[in-house]
Amino acid sequence: MKGKLRYKAAALALAAAGGLAWAADALAQSKEIFVPVLVYRTGPYAPNGVPWADGFVDYLKLVNARDGGVNGVKLSYEECETGYATDRGVECYERLKSKHPVAFSPLSTGITYALTDKVDADHIVLITAGYGRADSVDGAVFKWNFPLMGTYWDGADILVQHVKKKGSLKGKKIALVYHDSPYGKEPIPVLEELAKKEGFTLLKLPVTHPGVEQKATWLQIRQQRPDYVFLWGWGVMNSTAIKEAIAVGYPRLQMYGVWWAAAEPDVLPAEQAAKGYNGLALEHSAENNLPIHKDMMKFLYDKGKGTAADKKEVGQVLYNRGMLSAMLTVEAIRTAQAKYGKGVMTADQVRWGAEHLNIDKARIKALGVEGMLQPMHTSCEDHEGVRMARIHTWDGSEWSYTSGWYTADYKLLRPMIEQSAMKYAAEKGIKPRDCKKEM
Amino acid sequence: MIYRETGQFKTTYASDQQLFPILQDRIFVIAFLVFAFGAVPFIATDYLFRAILTPFLILSLAAIGLNILVGYCGQLSLGTGGFMAVGAYAAYNLAIRLPSLNLLVVFVLAGLCSTVVGALFGIPSLRIKGFYLAVTTLAAQFFLDWAFARVGWFTNYSSSGSVSAPPLLFFGHVIEGPVEKYLFVLSIVCVLALVAKNLTRGAIGRSWMAMRDMDVAAEVIGIRPLYAKLTAFAVSSFFVGIAGALWAFIYLGAWEPLAFDVNRSFELLFMIIIGGLGSIVGSFLGAAFIVILPLALNQFPTALGIPISTATISEIELMVFGALIVFFLIAEPRGLARLWAIGKEKLRLWPFPH
Repeated sequence: MKGKLRYKAAALALAAAGGLAWAADALAQSKEIFVPVLVYRTGPYAPNGVPWADGFVDYLKLVNARDGGVNGVKLSYEECETGYATDRGVECYERLKSKHPVAFSPLSTGITYALTDKVDADHIVLITAGYGRADSVDGAVFKWNFPLMGTYWDGADILVQHVKKKGSLKGKKIALVYHDSPYGKEPIPVLEELAKKEGFTLLKLPVTHPGVEQKATWLQIRQQRPDYVFLWGWGVMNSTAIKEAIAVGYPRLQMYGVWWAAAEPDVLPAEQAAKGYNGLALEHSAENNLPIHKDMMKFLYDKGKGTAADKKEVGQVLYNRGMLSAMLTVEAIRTAQAKYGKGVMTADQVRWGAEHLNIDKARIKALGVEGMLQPMHTSCEDHEGVRMARIHTWDGSEWSYTSGWYTADYKLLRPMIEQSAMKYAAEKGIKPRDCKKEM
Repeated sequence: MIYRETGQFKTTYASDQQLFPILQDRIFVIAFLVFAFGAVPFIATDYLFRAILTPFLILSLAAIGLNILVGYCGQLSLGTGGFMAVGAYAAYNLAIRLPSLNLLVVFVLAGLCSTVVGALFGIPSLRIKGFYLAVTTLAAQFFLDWAFARVGWFTNYSSSGSVSAPPLLFFGHVIEGPVEKYLFVLSIVCVLALVAKNLTRGAIGRSWMAMRDMDVAAEVIGIRPLYAKLTAFAVSSFFVGIAGALWAFIYLGAWEPLAFDVNRSFELLFMIIIGGLGSIVGSFLGAAFIVILPLALNQFPTALGIPISTATISEIELMVFGALIVFFLIAEPRGLARLWAIGKEKLRLWPFPH
């Protein structure tokens, strides 16, 4: 008796969902290049997710409005809300996949891990600019992943390089306060390696999602008095950490955030107390007066077409990063068009483009982002392109650079990347490509 | 008129006790299974398979498992996410350490690992009841979360704590593609749902229900609480463990402990409360409600072509979803399964209600 009900309900749900999926398919147009946008505009990570999403979408809009698309091919896009949850991110990916997307930028290391498996079978590019899995730099194993601009392993190495400048690290203590997720755990192997090499002790202090409760962590810091604290947080966790640091009297000058823990939403809630807080700047900081930003104003915001609710957001750290993510996606499309002709590109062609990016100084200037991006060059062995960062400091009202350029120690990282990638390949039964044959 | 059992005489005990005593039900169930196995693979889209049907089926299985414990045996548990994680990580470790093992064997062994852990954490239930038991199972959840996040061996010393499933080897064939995965999950869920249904109809199921209704009385009529409660924990954990392994291997592909955190436990508990405690169909209905409804709500405005921002859609989704939960619980506190049962009663009398 009960069986009947079960099936009726399932059938109804099935029919409803099927109808929706078909309707969505019909809307997809084939004369445009579709770029899906995975965002989180709600939930505990929204303060950081919103500016990134606005920057990403604004750049796509700008390319359409200013240049009439990429070499005449318009870009279409659709947002999908993930809420930074892995299962919802996978659902979004499946939902948007039917529209023949060329590249996904999930803005979540957890979602990146889940999608890495799927993009290989589905032939879709996964661009993770400044996040994602560090070992995916090895393009021989990770054919579809592109951690462009920098990975967390670079970030960890650069932070250690920076604090080392202030004196030998021998016998020192460094605490890593991290978001207890793949994102936060990503730098641990490199920091452990460096701890052995430089002779410092690493204190690992996880903070559970979403990170509003950190009292215990910071009491531990008060007890242990580490020489430096590296903050690997995201969303509300960052501003909470800065406030807690103040509460236990930990000096802010000894605190360093990774590039996801060094943006306006992190320091603004802590107000004046955050003054002097340092963080990594991934290639760029809060530049807001470059040609690209003027174009944003001229083509979008002056006409009321901007995505951000307040145009002050244009040029904030995370806005810029979202914009650069979209820009690198578009550059990959453009590179592909140079080889395959100026039409609609398939994901396979865009993958070739992302693997052959060659953004030199002249191109950076033409893009209007001079100073926000260093020349980068990707290849089959190196899916990252460039691994440089600076430190920037919050002076109570804005970010300013307080160090020169650092380049991550590739000699140290490369063997680790290869080892980790080979382990992945062995687990998944992937045969690595021969990069010498890939041209 | 159509749905009526007039003229269907039961002349043997067997025919009276069968799973679906009414002819129309039997026909419908068989037709539906034929549809699910034979027709759906040809008509559904990739999205439907991967994002809706597969997670729905897997979480239905987990809900059945939890329903055995909470709905049939009356032992409140908040550790379901943890037991799913045991299944997932056990399957992962078996699959990468013994790569030649058949996937089905891996899943059954993973279920058994979960059974052992579940029975172990079920021991306090002999002394603790109700809300207090919920708290001890919550401890199980946190302990298991901690173990999988901190003990490197479980994740094969993965640096990020995220692990990914090896290729799904099934009798020399690698299960790939949404249709194959759907059929694989559907087969497992059908078999296990049948097992669950029969267990709850049998002697063991009746002893669970006796425990639930009044444990002292059950003891007086000769049911051993130790046996009844621990078997409920064991069987429940077996189902939940297999669901966890499926969730990790088939749906997510790569996962971190966060995929099985306490929110998953709550979600499953809400599924069976909304679907109907002590009902196998209720598990399916509840899973459908929790899995499919938010997705449908999220896509509804876009499908109609109404331009609303992503943030607004998500807020509306949460609001409508919350309102619907309240509505259904007020309309029928005993769950969706009860609503359907009432509907069927009405249908039996139609068109001549008295």
